[in-house]
Amino acid sequence: MLDLRSVTAGYTRGAPVLRDVSLTVAPGEAVGLLGPSGCGKSTLARVAALLHRPDAGTVTVDGEPVRRWRHRAPRDLRTAFGVVFQQARQAADPRLRLADLIAEPLRATGRRAEVARRVPELAAAVGLTGDLPARRPHEVSDGQLQRACLARALVLRPRWLVCDEMTAMLDASTTAALVAVVEEYRAATGAGLLAVGHDRVLLERWCDRTVDWAPGWTAAGAADGTRNQSPQDPTHSDRVIDSVVSGS
Amino acid sequence: MTPPQPPQPSPSPVPDAPDAPDAPDAPTAPVLSVRGLTVRFLMPGGRRVAAVTDVRFDVRPGECLALIGESGCGKSVLTSALLGLLPGNARTTGSALLGDLDLLTADERTLARTVRGRRIGLVPQSPAAHLTPVRTVRSHLSETVAALTGVRGRTARRAAAEAAAARAAFPAGHLDRHPHELSGGLAQRAATALALVGDAPLLLADEPTTGLDRDLVDHTVDALRRHVDAGPDGTGRALLMITHDLAAAARVADRVAVMYAGRVVELADAAAFFGAPGPRHPYSRGLLQALPDRAFTPIPGLPPELTDLPAGCAFAARCARATDRCATPPGPADPVACHHPHPAAPEATRA
Repeated sequence: MLDLRSVTAGYTRGAPVLRDVSLTVAPGEAVGLLGPSGCGKSTLARVAALLHRPDAGTVTVDGEPVRRWRHRAPRDLRTAFGVVFQQARQAADPRLRLADLIAEPLRATGRRAEVARRVPELAAAVGLTGDLPARRPHEVSDGQLQRACLARALVLRPRWLVCDEMTAMLDASTTAALVAVVEEYRAATGAGLLAVGHDRVLLERWCDRTVDWAPGWTAAGAADGTRNQSPQDPTHSDRVIDSVVSGS
Repeated sequence: MTPPQPPQPSPSPVPDAPDAPDAPDAPTAPVLSVRGLTVRFLMPGGRRVAAVTDVRFDVRPGECLALIGESGCGKSVLTSALLGLLPGNARTTGSALLGDLDLLTADERTLARTVRGRRIGLVPQSPAAHLTPVRTVRSHLSETVAALTGVRGRTARRAAAEAAAARAAFPAGHLDRHPHELSGGLAQRAATALALVGDAPLLLADEPTTGLDRDLVDHTVDALRRHVDAGPDGTGRALLMITHDLAAAARVADRVAVMYAGRVVELADAAAFFGAPGPRHPYSRGLLQALPDRAFTPIPGLPPELTDLPAGCAFAARCARATDRCATPPGPADPVACHHPHPAAPEATRA
């Protein structure tokens, strides 16, 4: 069970972007969270994936209350989550070949021995064929890079998947392909899913149930046409890399 | 490999004079007429990237042509080619006539002084990144008004900038904000307002809805449609919208061009394409069937590498209808570049 209770979170002290949000995902369940641009749903996804410490409220993962966040969270809790972000370009280290990108979480958690077996297996599962795993991010399309980012999220066999607008930049066929990969993984492992997005048609087709973002969840002042800062701020990609490379 | 086609004789290049309003049904001269457009990138080691191959289409006043296809199919290279913004290692052949001017051979001075902003308005992808981060929306608009129009004087320019914002439904109260303070929808409106300042007869929208939620997508494309219908002199603007958002294309387009591996593989009427009888090219059909409100099944495999395109149909390797004939290149894309297209229903005869 992934349980968020009365979560309030934001990036500036005293100015939260979301307030008093509660959400539960049962084991093996796929929940789609629907909300408009800038409502704070990405921030909630980051809280759920232990990547952002909430100002108030509790997060409980499989019965264990979360007390520490990001790199301070215990490794077995951190590695229970696989996260896929909207902007694959910002979520990938440009220096790494795609195969190394996928292998990085294994290396960072001292499971190098599994690289030789897991990486080719996952590259094939997400459709990265031929010499694609040997290329660097600038040599592949957005869709191909997102396939690698999905493989990276699955490589540690997480019990929970958090997909924040995973397919918003992608064409219809790549979207359907990536969703099929996630669903195959969930069928094989029983992992739960929190998929965040604004595409109702997609999330209703994909998930067991969808939850609409309640207007009251967006903190006052955060939705007047002013952008919430989270996805664009300059340290974002560092944090992403920091979260994916969860060892160190 | 097909040799680059010589430029086809296009319907007599007419300067973009407004057509006589008394003959609304007469075929009007296209605003943009692209023939045999081919772009190759020369890479180190003698490799050549076949980014765009033999593309041919017209866009007429008051018409929206949606160019759809997956990322990496050459859509954005096509935009850059039309604006003269390709990098130095690109080699372009064919023609792209904007009125009597060939955009592919025009020199930088002509493009910079008479085309960009004045004859082609660009609605960019990710507008927040397109705007200058240290300046307000008002400052962007004033500068554009000063550069592109004859408006002189501080007060007049201020009024013109506010009018330009209003045309794109950008709220006056947000004019003094910087780009990072705008939501995706407002940044999009700011960019649209800038694109409209020069009253260009052709609007080029490159993925204008990426990253916007569904309501904002609808709002953005509806606004573009209004600008198409309400042209500078009553004749209507032409809109070339490049997108991978099929729902947005279905909402706004009159015609659809489907691009795959650098080629336009199907040119169709939007109503027939999205409704009955549906797309005729197997790739277009696969793309529509991948939508979550349809079959939600992906097209198997990945698009071919543009450095290593097969001699025949580039889609054959992923196509359920492929036969031996597909080892030879199919004919031109009008209406469909395929040896085994799905049949066109009899009522779908082209006008």
